[in-house]
Amino acid sequence: MPFGLVFLFFFVIPLILVVIVSFWDYNDYEMLPSFTARSYTETFEGCLAKLPDVCTILRTYASTAKFCFIVWLSTLLIGFTIAYFLAFYVRTVTMQMVLFLVCTIPFWTSNVIRMISWIPLLGRNGLVNLALTRFHIVDRPVEWLLYSPFSVGLAFTHLFTFFMVVPIFNSMMRIDRRLIEAAYDSGASAWQTLWNLIIPLSKPGIVIGSIFVVTIVMGDFITFDVMGGEQIASAGKVVETRLNALQFPPAAANAVILLAVTLLIIVALNRIVDVRKEL
Amino acid sequence: MGEGRSPAFYWLAAFFAAFVLFLYGPMIVIFILSFQGPTGGLTFPLNGLSFHWFERLWHGGGIVDISGAFERSLKLGLVVMILTVLLSLSAGLAFRKRFAGSNLLFFVAVASLIVPSIVTSLGIALEFRLLDDFLKNHGPEWLAGDLKTTMGTFTSGLGAHLTWTLPFGLLVMFAIFNRFDNRYEEAARDLGATPWQTLRHVVLPIILPSVIGVGLFGFTLSWDEIARSSQAMGEHNTLPMELQALTTTVTTPEIYALGTATTGVSFAVIALALLAITLIRSRQARHGSDAGQA
Repeated sequence: MPFGLVFLFFFVIPLILVVIVSFWDYNDYEMLPSFTARSYTETFEGCLAKLPDVCTILRTYASTAKFCFIVWLSTLLIGFTIAYFLAFYVRTVTMQMVLFLVCTIPFWTSNVIRMISWIPLLGRNGLVNLALTRFHIVDRPVEWLLYSPFSVGLAFTHLFTFFMVVPIFNSMMRIDRRLIEAAYDSGASAWQTLWNLIIPLSKPGIVIGSIFVVTIVMGDFITFDVMGGEQIASAGKVVETRLNALQFPPAAANAVILLAVTLLIIVALNRIVDVRKEL
Repeated sequence: MGEGRSPAFYWLAAFFAAFVLFLYGPMIVIFILSFQGPTGGLTFPLNGLSFHWFERLWHGGGIVDISGAFERSLKLGLVVMILTVLLSLSAGLAFRKRFAGSNLLFFVAVASLIVPSIVTSLGIALEFRLLDDFLKNHGPEWLAGDLKTTMGTFTSGLGAHLTWTLPFGLLVMFAIFNRFDNRYEEAARDLGATPWQTLRHVVLPIILPSVIGVGLFGFTLSWDEIARSSQAMGEHNTLPMELQALTTTVTTPEIYALGTATTGVSFAVIALALLAITLIRSRQARHGSDAGQA
């Protein structure tokens, strides 16, 4: 089947090659087939020697993980609220569809454009700074708005919150409305219903959305580049930097590490939810 | 919930409105700024209104090979669109019955969405590099002689895009066939239609609007794709890749003009697709399906 062949040639074989090449040796201009852990040892170079200081690669991963967590939390809170509104407070299906479409339209344009569209707002002479100085909230334009960790986090939230909304909304629409009426009839407050009924039943959606957001942030290098002014390191960027230097084996080794960390996070996410379900 | 509108409704509605503003605000700002006057800069105020930056863009002023990248992205998007429709449709039909390896194939397709794009991109680049080496050293003379690379927009680049569009296509197909009423097919079969006739005159007309949706999805995903393309395109960049490169070098509203122009293409394609879907729907409403004709 051609469908399967496409994935074989452009996904499965490439992944296998990444793992194989990560064990190859290399010199300045080519890769040398062999079996060596050089790319891995070099990646973690100094990690033991420098203790208790944290070495570069671990610091990069810690920083990426921090971004992951912040973006995950903000997209989850915003995404859940939006999905909750759409699923339970909008009364007609037509209205739901219209509002949904309104949220989808921005996705018809490229992510890079959605990123650079923050420049006129957040830049040194941008609208936000203009407003802040005009109303004498600050004396000088604020510098940390653009090309900073703040702008990277903001751009991620801006780009990917909707990936949280869709699966959570989907889970919420499957909740039997009679359960909610039963909860109200038994005297539960809106908060109690939300906390004890809707959140637990929306968990599959929350997990799917979380997996999407976390894997995107872990592997991203473009948003970090464009919004971070090429100053902020990330796990995905390590791979890209090695590639730009045409050092394929170390790039592959870093890709394998990135893949392993991403998969671990996904497994952990699944575990958390399943454990809670059993309690 | 409950009877009247509760206070919670108004809070949530306000939150939703803020979210929509958050989504649209920045885009509207660059849309306005792309009409910046010739002396204007990257931020407000507007120094007059003009098409200056669009004209510069059109003449390729200062920017390398934008029209080339535009053309490549457009062609690639169309090829990806056609292949996504054909392959997702056939896969969707196949998945209606269990077949050997169907679970595995589904798992691989979903994994392709979750594995970080840069990893996939790197893998494809490695694959084609090793293929190049192999062909140069062991390939037949006529091929190895003046071979530069097998990597290119329509080999490695196309493959990279398909690993991104096909999983989405397949998921949409699942959604379509979950809602599909099998009795139509059974009726066609009972009336003596061959499997091909059933497909052509019964199944396809019913699902056609959704199939157009898949094609549209495929085109826009490809048109905006960047992470997977980054290592797999060979020597020629696609439009989003050029755009990303420009963000670091260009400091004029030209980049906003480019953003507005590419967004315009996406919107045009979507409008065309929606128009086609509406036309098909209204035609079906007027004449019924064309099942049985010709």
